[in-house]
Amino acid sequence: MAHAYTPGLKVIAKTVVHKTRRLPLKGEVVVKKGDLVKAEDVVATTNLPGNVVPMNLANMLNLEASEIPELLIKKPGDEVKEGDLIAETPGLFGLFKTKAHSPGTGTLEAVSSVTGQAIIREAPIPVSVQAYINGKVEDIIENEGVEIKAAASFIQGIFGIGGERRGEIKILTKDTNTPITEDLITDDCKGKVLVGGSFLSLKAFKKAERLGAIGVVVGGFNYSDIKKIVGYDIGVAITGQEDISTTLIVTEGFGEVHMAEQTFALLSSHEGKMASVNGATQIRAGVIRPEIIIPFEGETKIKEEAAELFGMDKGTEVRVIRAPYFGMLGEVTELPHELQRLESGSLARVAKVKLYETKKEVLLPRANLEMIEKK
Amino acid sequence: MKPEAIKSILATDCGSTTTKAILIEKQGDEYRLVVRGEAPTTVEAPFEDVTKGVLNAAKEVEELRGRQLLDGDKIITPQKGDKGVDIYISTSSAGGGLQMVVSGIVKAMSAESAERAALGAGAIVMDVLASNDGRLPHEKIQRIRHLRPDMILLSGGTDHGNIKSVVEMSELLKAAAPKPRLGINYKLPVIYAGNQKANGEIEKNLSEETDLSIVPNLRPVLERENLGPARDKIHDLFMEHVMAQAPGYKKLMAMSDAPIMPTPGAVGEIMQVIARKEGITVLGVDIGGATTDVFSVFKDLEKGEPVFNRTVSANLGMSYSISNVLASATLPNILRWVPFKIDEVDLRNRIGNKMIRPTTIPQSLEELKIEQAIAREALRLSFIQHKEFAVGLKGVQKERTISDAFDQSSSGETLVNMMDLDILVGSGGVLSHAPRRHQSARMMIDAFLPEGVTQIAVDSIFMMPQLGVLSAVHEQAATEVFNKDCLLRLGTCVAPVGPVKPGKEYIRIKFTLPDGKHIDKSYTLGEMELFETPYEAIEAEIIPGNRNVDVGGGAGQTIKTNIYGGLVGIIIDARGRRPFVLPEDPAERVEKLQEWSKIVNEFGE
Repeated sequence: MAHAYTPGLKVIAKTVVHKTRRLPLKGEVVVKKGDLVKAEDVVATTNLPGNVVPMNLANMLNLEASEIPELLIKKPGDEVKEGDLIAETPGLFGLFKTKAHSPGTGTLEAVSSVTGQAIIREAPIPVSVQAYINGKVEDIIENEGVEIKAAASFIQGIFGIGGERRGEIKILTKDTNTPITEDLITDDCKGKVLVGGSFLSLKAFKKAERLGAIGVVVGGFNYSDIKKIVGYDIGVAITGQEDISTTLIVTEGFGEVHMAEQTFALLSSHEGKMASVNGATQIRAGVIRPEIIIPFEGETKIKEEAAELFGMDKGTEVRVIRAPYFGMLGEVTELPHELQRLESGSLARVAKVKLYETKKEVLLPRANLEMIEKK
Repeated sequence: MKPEAIKSILATDCGSTTTKAILIEKQGDEYRLVVRGEAPTTVEAPFEDVTKGVLNAAKEVEELRGRQLLDGDKIITPQKGDKGVDIYISTSSAGGGLQMVVSGIVKAMSAESAERAALGAGAIVMDVLASNDGRLPHEKIQRIRHLRPDMILLSGGTDHGNIKSVVEMSELLKAAAPKPRLGINYKLPVIYAGNQKANGEIEKNLSEETDLSIVPNLRPVLERENLGPARDKIHDLFMEHVMAQAPGYKKLMAMSDAPIMPTPGAVGEIMQVIARKEGITVLGVDIGGATTDVFSVFKDLEKGEPVFNRTVSANLGMSYSISNVLASATLPNILRWVPFKIDEVDLRNRIGNKMIRPTTIPQSLEELKIEQAIAREALRLSFIQHKEFAVGLKGVQKERTISDAFDQSSSGETLVNMMDLDILVGSGGVLSHAPRRHQSARMMIDAFLPEGVTQIAVDSIFMMPQLGVLSAVHEQAATEVFNKDCLLRLGTCVAPVGPVKPGKEYIRIKFTLPDGKHIDKSYTLGEMELFETPYEAIEAEIIPGNRNVDVGGGAGQTIKTNIYGGLVGIIIDARGRRPFVLPEDPAERVEKLQEWSKIVNEFGE
């Protein structure tokens, strides 16, 4: 019997999390292997080339580009300040000179005799990468970054927007079925990672953002509201770079869907603790899911287990990930080998699943089931 | 191994959603499809290895065939006794999209040509930069730095013309020092396909900071495009840099007995085989999870030669890019195909959920109808892109006058002439796996709006990619399986084109069905009818309703031609062409959609 391989999202109470922290360009790693780091610690730094201010000298001086090099007052490589004279024409008997002044401060990087264009490069922009999670430097990637290892609880969402943030977990709803309403978001949400049940309205998200919450983790959200937050349609799920101050992590999907019990229970058990969250999602090659990481205080020894690549089998706990039973949990009771006809008329490989909520057994396409991974 | 010695072939196609495997075996003197299997493509954690999906799909084939093909994680090759297969080959479209920035000098000329080259090669164009695009130089630099594309295509200037503008663009590019999207250990690939007189300057500016390739100018003179070399280079660099980032791809290359062919390339191969063998015009489509590819072989009317064109709509697909179909088509255009009332927020959420859980399938009939509505729009939009692309005298070349170039709408006359089309072939999950073939026929007819007399076919079980790659290795096996097991003839669509007043006769058709029943019927605007009859030639007389209506022989001309039935039959589609209009009123529209569905027997009884 071939197994159905439908990997689920991770909801793991105790695991070893490995995080690669990489610079966007080569630079310097400022920690050593074995160092214990805090989430806020800088682990690597580099300088991005400074901003560029172009100016067309040929146009400014009204000359052919080939004539420009002879008229330069500042040479390529020279430091220049805003307003400095870069080039001037000889004028008529030393009079009526046309002058070109620098529009920025930095280095005169290049002057082209083909186009007459001068490039002024401003000071480099320092960039640093933080550890993001409390942990131990496990490995150094020379000139690029580090691998950080931490014993933690690790939870994946299905979709998110907004980048890396860190804050204290605050549970807003009493259970997984309760939506996060505006009135639940109060002044003390500032700096917190808010966790709620089945749904978050746009108004509630806006309020959380306004009050300075650093993240919201919720079961469901309306797809059309994403556009109202980021200002454009997310047509292909590649996110994480959005310019928003509150990271949003949806654990189940779009619409009103109650958060999986175990996700809610695990997050609830960590209320008051610091969590690192990231909404970055990519559902293509090199899949990235949004995540919530709650590192344990001090270094806790946890046996690192190899990822189990088991398939779906009788007794496997699954979650239905498509209508009509979307969001429900159950247990596989049978995996019929033969293709079965669905209501839609399609023939598909199915599984018989006993749904916990309705206590009924239903036939569901295996493609619409997700295994629940937990340890 | 010599082709004639090959007895068994395992071929897989690693799509972005599903990995499909087929087993072909020699039975007597001919090659036949024996069994197929599939499994989700395994690029997701915890697998992150495309070969796992391949092995799962092969495992299913093994079980269904009842003989051993795998030895642990290896495909047994060559076949020994009853174990293994003689060759294993594969295509792949996993690896994500190709994201490019293109630039030219004049937005409507070289920049447009560069965009055409990039789109044609299957890229998502993140931005089109041009000297006259209205942005200041520093804004362009900021934009390039922000984007982090996989690749940049730089063009501009006719050969031997002024080099200033294109060199200026290269200076901006150099100043921006762009970095590739994936990884920091290699330089960003930049292709220069502009004024060849500037090659030296471009090299001076860009060869150190970027991985520069120089190819012939894609617009050597104003009146002619030469997109081939730039497209080929994009393709090479895509395989080298982007595909190689797909998890497990290198392992897959080691497993395969022939080079891995990109899926659209393989489907294109087989489409050309159909056109060449039967001497016909073909329009083919392959709608996948992330992309939709459209292929055509039409006659260049001036030269009378068949011209092959392929376009890849890299962001129109049924799972990963399904939300982009919604964004591009807009909700009202999708809703117009949904044959029941649905809440807009609910519909958007369903589409969003398919995007984030791309491997799920519709279980209920309602979900199926929604997916098929979206598919119609994905197909329609991809076809629009194809028509804009398939222009010119030969291949991708197109003579354009200055006045054309300034007019965006007439920038290149399309070669796609629907009245001249012989056969429309559909492939890809939503068409090949539709529960009823009638649904596939309807989706294709609604999206492509064939004119006159057009045959409709589908790839039976979505095996064109595998047969495409096989045709490069073993043409005989590919052709035999294609003819006997792959192409399913659905029937013929007969559609009059041109204006007619409501209630007046639009088309009249006379033919005799194989069972002897004589048909002589007239249709008015908005009517459809299905004649269920098998695939065999039926002589028909088709008469236009008035002198402005064209049924394939020119305005007002009656034609006598052979029409074919098939698994669906002969569909008379008098709903109108140019324009094809659906009722504006939602209730009336839903009623019409349901009526047509019933007539064409789309969802059975």
